[in-house]
Amino acid sequence: MSAVTDAVRVAPPGNPFVQSVRDSMVVAQRNLIRMSRIPEMIIYGLIQPIMFVVLFTYVFGGSMQIGGSTSAVDYKNFLMAGIFAQTVTFATASSGAGIADDMHKGLIDRFRSLPMARGAVLTGRTLADLVQTTVTLVVLAVVALLVGWRVGSQGDTDIAKVLAAFGLLLLLGYAFTWIGALIGMSVRTPEAATSSGLIWLFPVTFISNAFVDPGHMTPWLRHVAEWNPFSATAQACRVLFADPGQSTSHAWPMEHPVWASLIYSILIIAVFRTLAVRKYRSATA
Amino acid sequence: MPGAIYAEGLVKTFGDVKALDGVDLDVPEGTVLGLLGPNGAGKTTAVRCLTTLLRPDSGKAVVAGVDVRRHPDTVRRSIGLSGQFAAVDEYLTGRENLQMVGRLYQLRPKAAKARAVELLEQFHLADAADRPAKTYSGGMRRRLDLAAALVVSPPVMFMDEPTTGLDPRNRQQLWEVIKHLVSGGTTLLLTTQYLEEADHLAHDIAVVDHGRVIAKGTSDQLKARTGGERVEVVVHEREHIATAAQVLRGLGKGDTTVEEHTRKLTVPVTGGAKLLAEIIRELDGRGIEIDDIGLRRPTLDDVFLSLTGHVAEAAGPDARDEDDESRPQGGKEAVK
Repeated sequence: MSAVTDAVRVAPPGNPFVQSVRDSMVVAQRNLIRMSRIPEMIIYGLIQPIMFVVLFTYVFGGSMQIGGSTSAVDYKNFLMAGIFAQTVTFATASSGAGIADDMHKGLIDRFRSLPMARGAVLTGRTLADLVQTTVTLVVLAVVALLVGWRVGSQGDTDIAKVLAAFGLLLLLGYAFTWIGALIGMSVRTPEAATSSGLIWLFPVTFISNAFVDPGHMTPWLRHVAEWNPFSATAQACRVLFADPGQSTSHAWPMEHPVWASLIYSILIIAVFRTLAVRKYRSATA
Repeated sequence: MPGAIYAEGLVKTFGDVKALDGVDLDVPEGTVLGLLGPNGAGKTTAVRCLTTLLRPDSGKAVVAGVDVRRHPDTVRRSIGLSGQFAAVDEYLTGRENLQMVGRLYQLRPKAAKARAVELLEQFHLADAADRPAKTYSGGMRRRLDLAAALVVSPPVMFMDEPTTGLDPRNRQQLWEVIKHLVSGGTTLLLTTQYLEEADHLAHDIAVVDHGRVIAKGTSDQLKARTGGERVEVVVHEREHIATAAQVLRGLGKGDTTVEEHTRKLTVPVTGGAKLLAEIIRELDGRGIEIDDIGLRRPTLDDVFLSLTGHVAEAAGPDARDEDDESRPQGGKEAVK
């Protein structure tokens, strides 16, 4: 082997914020390359929500009462915001599994021994997941349009409002990937991260206004559903899309869903990012 | 003045297990210290403490002149780590892996790119540069991992069992790389369970057991502690054993041991090659035909046994990548 000792030296430390952004981008790029080489992951990530759209639309449509209407068309228009919101939160499992895998393979050790920004490994991963969520959401919206979903059936909406709704959905998805990051740092194997990343999402997404009108639930369950961060985003989407089935409840998040959705998502990011980065700093494989 | 790697009284406890129980180390600049010990002796924990991955409970650690506990970020800028796993992203190509690490060492994109090309060349991975690392053989992954640790030519390197799980050919190759690296002035701390490896690569050896350094010195010093040289003779005819034993008793410095079934006699000696010649003449003079004779010095295996009271376990349960060259998708090994 020839010379391996050419003097390449580390540059002196620069602006920590700039470095943090740059390092996060390097890690995000790495994760995106990785995802593009495992296309089956993206495909499976799409099949589940598409299946939900089709099943809920054709199986439940017609037997659900939404805002006093049992029309299948109304249920379809009601349903989409719920499915969108559920789909973005499923990114939790993928980010958790990815981070647990890095941990398991010793990559986290390597990263932690490098002079890089402390939060960048997790931020890079969550940003890459955000890109994947965006792709999933676009495909899902197209499928929804194909099965007959239309915005504006209950009033006026416009392109800005529709985009704002998608923005809130992506923010919610991004917030949930930080929960995934914490799970990924806390469990031992990628398999455990996948299942523990998904199990709790079912109660969270079902005890909500995503698929049914919480007005029919027992009172305590209804309160949980109305204050569920997940419901806030679904309600905000329905308001912005002018879709049917908007809650008339006087619970604060239901009356101010856009604000509630923003606040919840930012709060989740603040709390779980702090916890996950702290865990990363003291991580032991 | 403390060396490039210096530790004093390092303690690290996990629950009620004392992984490190007061470890002292001092590695002068430009030398190699071999940290030798069985599985679970605390070698990896020591490396993890020195490379900022673990915070020791107490004790002092200085790497490249910087206090590890107080300025971990500064330490990270001067070290390279090649851990027990080949820590590469298997979905990225060799080139992408090295570029990523270069960028995270804060090299500019252009510099990271150029450095990756250099390293791929030096580690004979140029032909496989644009294949995902998961198609690499175990030996190739190890080389890629080592290349990643060398992206910025760090003055201080840590290698945790760099050749565990490699076949002899790949091990030999990696040894050459490591020797070359050290000849360029890099300070290296290397852990190994292979006594042969420590003997081969390290200037100094620290034997670790149960979280403590139980012996320190050069390979020769450690061997001398275990006892000096001995002569081993294998005679051709079984009936000559008694006469040969008589000769050895006369010339040797201690008890002669005899293994009847292998016709092997062993006696401790002083006087080296000169005495060996004398023994041969004497045996020859008595008409004893010999199959084999030699001056044996104690191996590190003997050292380890006498220090710890148990044999060093060779590759333990965590020996990985044993299937090395036999991977079906392994592709071609780069030509040497």
